[in-house]
Amino acid sequence: MRLITDTWLLFTNYVSSTLRQPVWIIVSLFTPICYLLLFAPLLDKMITGGAPGTNALTSFTPGVVVMLGMFGSLFVGFSIISDLRAGIVERLRVTPVSRLAPLLARALRDACLLLVQCVVLLGLAYLMGLKANLGGVLLSLVLVIPMGVALASVSYALGLILKSEDAFAPLLNFFVTPLLLLSGILLPLTLAPDWLQGAAKISPFYYVVNATRALFIGDFNDSSVWIGFLLVTVLAILAVYWAASVFRKATA
Amino acid sequence: MSIIETTGLTKSFKTRRGVVEAVKSVDMKVEEGEIFGFLGPNGAGKTTTMRMLSTLMQPSGGRASVVGYDLLKEPGRVRERIGYVSQAGGVDIAISGRENLVLQGRLYRLSAARAKDRAQELIVALQLEEFADRAAKTYSGGQKRRLDIALGMAHQPPLLFLDEPTTGLDPQSRAHLWEEVRKLRNDGTTIFLTTHYLDEADALCDRLCIIDNGMIVAEGTPDVLKRQVAGDVITLGLETHNGALLQAQALLGKQSFVKEIQVEKDQLRLYVERGEQALPLILRVLDGAGLGLQTIALARPSLDDVFLRQTGRSLREEAA
Repeated sequence: MRLITDTWLLFTNYVSSTLRQPVWIIVSLFTPICYLLLFAPLLDKMITGGAPGTNALTSFTPGVVVMLGMFGSLFVGFSIISDLRAGIVERLRVTPVSRLAPLLARALRDACLLLVQCVVLLGLAYLMGLKANLGGVLLSLVLVIPMGVALASVSYALGLILKSEDAFAPLLNFFVTPLLLLSGILLPLTLAPDWLQGAAKISPFYYVVNATRALFIGDFNDSSVWIGFLLVTVLAILAVYWAASVFRKATA
Repeated sequence: MSIIETTGLTKSFKTRRGVVEAVKSVDMKVEEGEIFGFLGPNGAGKTTTMRMLSTLMQPSGGRASVVGYDLLKEPGRVRERIGYVSQAGGVDIAISGRENLVLQGRLYRLSAARAKDRAQELIVALQLEEFADRAAKTYSGGQKRRLDIALGMAHQPPLLFLDEPTTGLDPQSRAHLWEEVRKLRNDGTTIFLTTHYLDEADALCDRLCIIDNGMIVAEGTPDVLKRQVAGDVITLGLETHNGALLQAQALLGKQSFVKEIQVEKDQLRLYVERGEQALPLILRVLDGAGLGLQTIALARPSLDDVFLRQTGRSLREEAA
């Protein structure tokens, strides 16, 4: 099928471009790594009395992994704005390439990049003494990577609609910090007052973080796990569908 | 059959202040094997027309056939047989020129081996050898522009669209690019280009349309267009003693080939149909009367005169 071969062609091209500028692999890892190295040690004495076989990193690392998935993915829209300006989007449009291939190839590349970054981050957490259920940790990747794909798709679509960094950057800024804080990424929101907990329930990432925490403990039967997976699946389908229609319209 | 044929091609945009008609009912034909230019000031509708013809934008009205297919009904067929080079170009600067070309060929469904061969052919044809394997971000403006054109030719389209191909290039790169475009034409590719440079339209195009305010105001070869305006202007500087100027004016004014004659300070301006034929006749008349010449100049009308005549404005001023 043409969509598949076109997507593969563009995907390999995007991957080789990414590999040539490996600094970008590190850039979006930088903030999560800072939190892991410079913030997590503060928690050792704060969070005590967890379940046996866990430590502060067991509840902190999931948040940082989700943070990586959010940050890395939300900002990818900038790349399509620069591609627009360079005429690359337009050049692809006059080729007979499948209209969805550029979106899918990008999303696929981002998923792979996120996987690599997650592995690096988790490796570091293990080195720092993370205690967690390995099966749960691997499953959490299955949760976080589709979430990243959903956010990346939205980011690309917004980039295509807004067409300028000047409009895109403030929009991201407006949403990213509240979303981040409301997700309980840094500390579990069980510490929060009622109103804040209520507000957090608006953020889909709150559920993803909860699900990831449960997975790290190995608590597979916790309701947050299936809620998280359901939410991410719906989110990813809606986001890719919407982004696809934006791509199709913008590149008809 | 013409390679491009449009009837009543129209594009209007809805803006907050109402509907803006960017292109108003354009009728034109582009013949196979020519370099066809669209000349006009910025905002005249050149790029909009080109974007419609290259399937990037849906026309609001009218019909067009491009490379033998109906633009509205079979945009996919049109896409396979046209190359399009936008003003921005579309080179991926992170990878090399050769990698750009191979990928482009693959996107046009060439096999891996064929795409590789084709990239090499284009690198030779457009003289990219020196830098083809360097990352495209290191290219000069002229080098990048040549790669842009090579990308547009990846699938050997019979028709190539070039949007403002030499904007921003230094004179030497421009001249080089013109040569490349002529070479493509000589190899059988039809070229449709937009430009707001008078000299480019004049020197490069076999035929052109002048477009202003979304309407075609003139169409023809550069020579014919210019000849329609006023013919040529000959300026004579004469020795000014004893009323030689007036004597010459009287003598030349009687000649049938002189359409109009004006005195301007110590010079005579003659408007004639064809300057190269009039010159020897003028010299003979003056010589016969014993009138000495100091200077003589023949000026052809420029495309700017054509634009001026049609629109009441000068394109040169618009550009400035």
